[in-house]
Amino acid sequence: MPLTLAVRSLVALVFVVALCFSAAAQALLPVPALSAHVIDQTATLESAQRDALEARLVELEQREGTQLVVLIVQSTAPEDIAAFANRVGSAWKIGRPEVGDGLIVVVAKGDRTMRIEVAKALEGAIPDLAAARIIDHAMAPRFREGDFAGGLNAAVDQLAARIAGEPLPEPSPTGVASDADPSDFGAALLFGVLAIGQLMGSLFGRRVGALLLGAGTGAVVWLIGAGWPITVAAAIAAALYVLLAAGRGAGAWSSGSQGSSRSNSDWHWSGGNSGGSGGGFSSGGGGSFGGGGASGRW
Amino acid sequence: MKRLLALVLLTAALSGCGYNDFKRLDEQSKAAWSEVLNQYQRRADLVPNIVASVKGEANFEQETLTKVIEARAKSTSIQITPEALNDPAAIARFQQAQGELSGALARLMAVSERYPTLQANQAFRDLRVTLEGTENRIAIARSRYIQTVQEYNVLAQSFPTNLTAQVFGFETKPGLPVPNEAQISQPPKVDFSVRGTGR
Repeated sequence: MPLTLAVRSLVALVFVVALCFSAAAQALLPVPALSAHVIDQTATLESAQRDALEARLVELEQREGTQLVVLIVQSTAPEDIAAFANRVGSAWKIGRPEVGDGLIVVVAKGDRTMRIEVAKALEGAIPDLAAARIIDHAMAPRFREGDFAGGLNAAVDQLAARIAGEPLPEPSPTGVASDADPSDFGAALLFGVLAIGQLMGSLFGRRVGALLLGAGTGAVVWLIGAGWPITVAAAIAAALYVLLAAGRGAGAWSSGSQGSSRSNSDWHWSGGNSGGSGGGFSSGGGGSFGGGGASGRW
Repeated sequence: MKRLLALVLLTAALSGCGYNDFKRLDEQSKAAWSEVLNQYQRRADLVPNIVASVKGEANFEQETLTKVIEARAKSTSIQITPEALNDPAAIARFQQAQGELSGALARLMAVSERYPTLQANQAFRDLRVTLEGTENRIAIARSRYIQTVQEYNVLAQSFPTNLTAQVFGFETKPGLPVPNEAQISQPPKVDFSVRGTGR
């Protein structure tokens, strides 16, 4: 009997939790995943139009460095479009890491509202008034006729012209997304060395392990483009770590392997980030949105 | 050497108990408050321009205009430094004044809809866009401040960081009250008989 009671209360708990989640989901529109430069949840654009716009935005990012994303949703209810756009901006943080030049064009088709959300770094290039004019003159008239692609293209034209007039830093030659945070990388490397060091120490003995890990660390640091002094220092530090600290105590193995798998996933993450300029699109992570831009309706 | 070790241990213990988090959030909330003030100031600076452009309109409702001017004067006379933020009464006064200005400006903008020449005036439309942008920035700065204070208060009340808070006297901070709480909790009155008598 107590068992069924427990099962019942468990089921009740699951229901309550599910209810809470569904209520939360109803309350606010979730921030869409940042999958491309053009995110169209309403299938308003034809695929050719969408690809053309996407290509233009990729080209803009390569030329100026600025990340501009077009987001079309059905409705932003219960929030107004300004609050929704700012929430999206705060979640995506698009814009280069040191520069923070991100732009989001949000269209809520069902509400017949649109907004150009401007990151703080671009508020000089695109003040609220300029954004309002682009909405009034480039977007609204075309949207009224149902020409969404035309309106968005015209808006992108004018935004790109304004960005081109602003003295922003040049985009880095390997593409925007390659600016993986060096401190992240350093942390991943440190984790890796600590974890693999344990393994090396117990597998090969301290001296051979130290030699191997030192060489390996040196090679990795050299490959990411650090200079000779840093490479040598890192290699020596890794070797010393194995010599002095690693391989003590048998219990270290399991925790070591756990740590190594974690650092592996770190590696993949940062590796994917650095190779991101090719196919995928990822946020630069530097954009800070403070409510700049303008809203309008059609 | 022993003293050094003790110092290192103490530092580690303090940061482990959230002392650094308290300091970080404290500074963060002060910065967030400065941003709130900054945006309110931006709005206050905008009001004279709006008033000037509306005055150009012949026979504009004087009462609405005077209310805006008075509310602005009142709102700029009450300022809160980040240090005075722990006083709920001061915050309430400040919010009251800013809320009055918000209300007066909203009324002004609503009334201005009745004047076609004003609506066609490009300078006035620009001011309107700028005011909208400023109100939006105020809303965002306020919500960021509220978030930071909330984070701070959670830290100050949850275990084990509440012990640190007691030892060092970190008190919970009051949040921002909604300026027109009384108005919001009342259902809006819809009175169609007023329509048309305004002109």
